[in-house]
Amino acid sequence: MPVYSARVLVSLRPSVLDPAGEATRAAANRLGVEGVAKLRIGKAVELEIEAPDLDTARERLSLLSDRLLANPVIENWTLELATDGQGQGSSSPVGEG
Amino acid sequence: MAIGVVVFPGSNCDRDVRWATEGCLGVPTRFLWHEERDLSGLDAVIIPGGFSYGDYLRCGAIARFAPILQEVAAFVERGGRVLGICNGFQVLTEMGLLPGALTRNEKLHFLCEDTPLQVSPGHCQWLQGYGDGETIRLPIAHGEGRYQVDPGQLQQLEDSGCVVLRYQANPNGSVGAVAGLTNPAGTVLGLMPHPERACDPATGGLDGRRLLASLLG
Repeated sequence: MPVYSARVLVSLRPSVLDPAGEATRAAANRLGVEGVAKLRIGKAVELEIEAPDLDTARERLSLLSDRLLANPVIENWTLELATDGQGQGSSSPVGEG
Repeated sequence: MAIGVVVFPGSNCDRDVRWATEGCLGVPTRFLWHEERDLSGLDAVIIPGGFSYGDYLRCGAIARFAPILQEVAAFVERGGRVLGICNGFQVLTEMGLLPGALTRNEKLHFLCEDTPLQVSPGHCQWLQGYGDGETIRLPIAHGEGRYQVDPGQLQQLEDSGCVVLRYQANPNGSVGAVAGLTNPAGTVLGLMPHPERACDPATGGLDGRRLLASLLG
């Protein structure tokens, strides 16, 4: 069965305050890196999934992202899925929530 | 003889440390607010446990840029003695004063218990009150205390006698069972266990006393 590589990026919704991002932005200034106007922290989750085809992989990963990896109340997610089923290769955003 | 205790927003062992140094051992101690820069008159600086700046990004990552720590780095350069306990140890690694990093405990649990440690004082100025190979008991209280360093560097640390405290039961999965490290000069000590919580008979155990008392030496 093909193995698909995927990456799910989870970020806070724009309306949600990110104190960790703000504190990190302040530290960037202290480091002397100027001009950092916005800094928000999310998560990147790397996965490999076995599935009969790309559509099934996308469906399973969408469910996983929506129900486990992200909390849709406060977070958005983006799914990047390698399309060749070899567990590697170029990936492109193919879903979001 | 005087000790400074760094206080960050989010530090929570600063008062415990001061009680241990001043209340139990009678060493004049003053707090050093993170925005201060004045270390005058101090013989040693202690970076206490807690969650500096909320431990955002990584434990100790933001604290590293605090004004007081720039002075602490210069203090170490001049041969000053610095002790980093728990979050303080994490801060010392983020500052690059000690090598490696502290990561999430192997089994993910926050650990809060007394743990036996083997002491190898070597050249570490903070541990001269202990015998070589002596076993002591100190409390640990951390979620991210698993020491990480690449195998080559660990070997180097071992060879140079910088691994001065080791877990006997390795509760968090640290490489080499490292619980505490010193620098080549022996002036800096970072450790995950809390010696300040083992100084007052009221709270059980006195094995931490000799560590803090070594300054009186």
